[in-house]
Amino acid sequence: MVLKLRSDFFHSVLLDEEKCKGCTHCIRRCPVEAIRVKGGKAKIDEELCIDCGECIRTCPNHAKYAQTDSMDDTLQRFKYSIALPAPAFYPQFQPNISVGKLLDGLLKLGFHEVFEVARGAEILAEEIKKYLSLKNIPKPVISSACPAVVRLIEEKFPSLTGTLLPLDTPLGIAARIARMRAMEKGYRSEDIGVFFVTPCPAKVTEVRQSSDDVGRIDGAISISQVYSRIMNMLDELEEQKSLQFSSWKGIGWARSGGEQESLNEGEYVAVDGIHDVMSVFEKIEMGELSGILYCEAQACVGGCIGGVLAVQNPFLSKVNVQQLVKRYPEYHLLDDREGKELVREGVFRRRRPFQARDVLKLDTDYRKALEKYQVIEHILENLPGLDCGACGSPTCRALAEDVVREKAQEIDCPFLLREKMLELSREIFDLASKVPQTMNEERGKQTIESNQDSGTATGESGS
Amino acid sequence: MENRDPLFEVSREIVGADFQSAGDISGEVKKILLQAGFPPPFIRRIVIAAYEAEMNVVIHAFKGIFTTVIYPDKVHIVIDDEGPGIPDLELAFQEGYSTAPPHVRELGFGAGYGLSNMRKCSDTLKIDSHVGEGTRVTMDFLVKSQRDGAEVEK
Repeated sequence: MVLKLRSDFFHSVLLDEEKCKGCTHCIRRCPVEAIRVKGGKAKIDEELCIDCGECIRTCPNHAKYAQTDSMDDTLQRFKYSIALPAPAFYPQFQPNISVGKLLDGLLKLGFHEVFEVARGAEILAEEIKKYLSLKNIPKPVISSACPAVVRLIEEKFPSLTGTLLPLDTPLGIAARIARMRAMEKGYRSEDIGVFFVTPCPAKVTEVRQSSDDVGRIDGAISISQVYSRIMNMLDELEEQKSLQFSSWKGIGWARSGGEQESLNEGEYVAVDGIHDVMSVFEKIEMGELSGILYCEAQACVGGCIGGVLAVQNPFLSKVNVQQLVKRYPEYHLLDDREGKELVREGVFRRRRPFQARDVLKLDTDYRKALEKYQVIEHILENLPGLDCGACGSPTCRALAEDVVREKAQEIDCPFLLREKMLELSREIFDLASKVPQTMNEERGKQTIESNQDSGTATGESGS
Repeated sequence: MENRDPLFEVSREIVGADFQSAGDISGEVKKILLQAGFPPPFIRRIVIAAYEAEMNVVIHAFKGIFTTVIYPDKVHIVIDDEGPGIPDLELAFQEGYSTAPPHVRELGFGAGYGLSNMRKCSDTLKIDSHVGEGTRVTMDFLVKSQRDGAEVEK
């Protein structure tokens, strides 16, 4: 048995029961079929949810939301607060607002220091290059930067866990370097607060699961929260060139395709949008992409700029990213000494190991599991196959599985229910049509005749 | 004495040149094995070999029957097709050798690694082929095997 940490069940995607009308939009859109409608409200299965945010996007009543930290509370908690803006933060604004100004904006909001996750990304890119040049690594290597994708693999594509990039994320790397630098300045670790400005709920979960050492990230603030405040002080922002270390290389990670651009020439695949990601992973599992070196996969359409906590339309922010990429062509190499120090400090090492989670299996004993599988197939034959979601499960197969897992009943299907009612009403009709022999001339005659034929007189109707 | 009866059996029809449905059967086999709870590396090599075999029928044959039988200690797959057959098996096993027509190669299939990948991923592979009639591919995958984690070429 795998020991499950409490933090495994933390989720940032939550349901506002007041707003939920119990419609079935979300259950059908969820890529891991983690939602059921029960008692008129959506219920998210914590064990299955990957925090991708698809349900937030799709809910017409805005009943799903991502739990993030409030900025005002955040700034009061520590003596020295560091903001880590995601690469996707910059393109929320018009590209004529420079990165230097936006970073100044974060300081004006009350943070004492900034460290760009885009810088973390480009430092990581150098390590990825080294890893990809190793022999005997299983290919294609799948990027582990998107936490929703990592969870998707652990759950739905367990055989691909061994191909995930075994390095930390740009966020994890940035957080570690930021805290190390602040400690070098003389601050005690417990006085330093490191906060991610996040485009998505999956990253909030990553923040909650961050290790309790130099890599600790103390909170996640949504881009949308910071956006409005910065928009209100645009005129006051000053160009602070010295705050910016990132270039096209890291800034480009904000959108799909940015990772491969930051690497050497090679065979790469970039796929975005969780449903398309799944179709590519199906192919990888079948061995179709073994000629590919690296697969960049992001849960949101367009990449991180498509995150549900971003403000700008992702197609527009993509244009902004292109502009920023052109605007900052100069990449600042890490010097050798610095690079070696980061390796020595273990900055690139991934703390949380990838774990195949066998949530799909039907039973701990595979004989019993296969029996259950056959029961599912049998139940499916009786279901209408409309995948309408009216039963509260996303598809007919999901309902059949829920029945086998004892989480639902066949009769939850309104069509099946209707059929059973029809059967029952026919029986009732048949019964009601039967008239007692005391009142039925026809039957009375028949009974007498048949009794005469057999020569017995039992008085039974023999019907 | 352990019971050696099959635990599960499923047969599906493959239609030649139907690239829309190509991979559906391997996908179904994967799902069954995942839900049964077999170890992921074991499932992976079966799925790769199953997909290669399924694609071979789609690319080369008119139609075929894909049968999967799950035993307590192994998975047994038989693919029976009506098709052109393989004239020179030794040649067909050579990596990079392919008889797939250009329009198929354009789709990214038929690179010539099919049979050798199937051999790498399975514990036993038997091919019975009659030119002009068809081919029967039989593969066994043992749960306790050293082959988990086999790397394939494309």
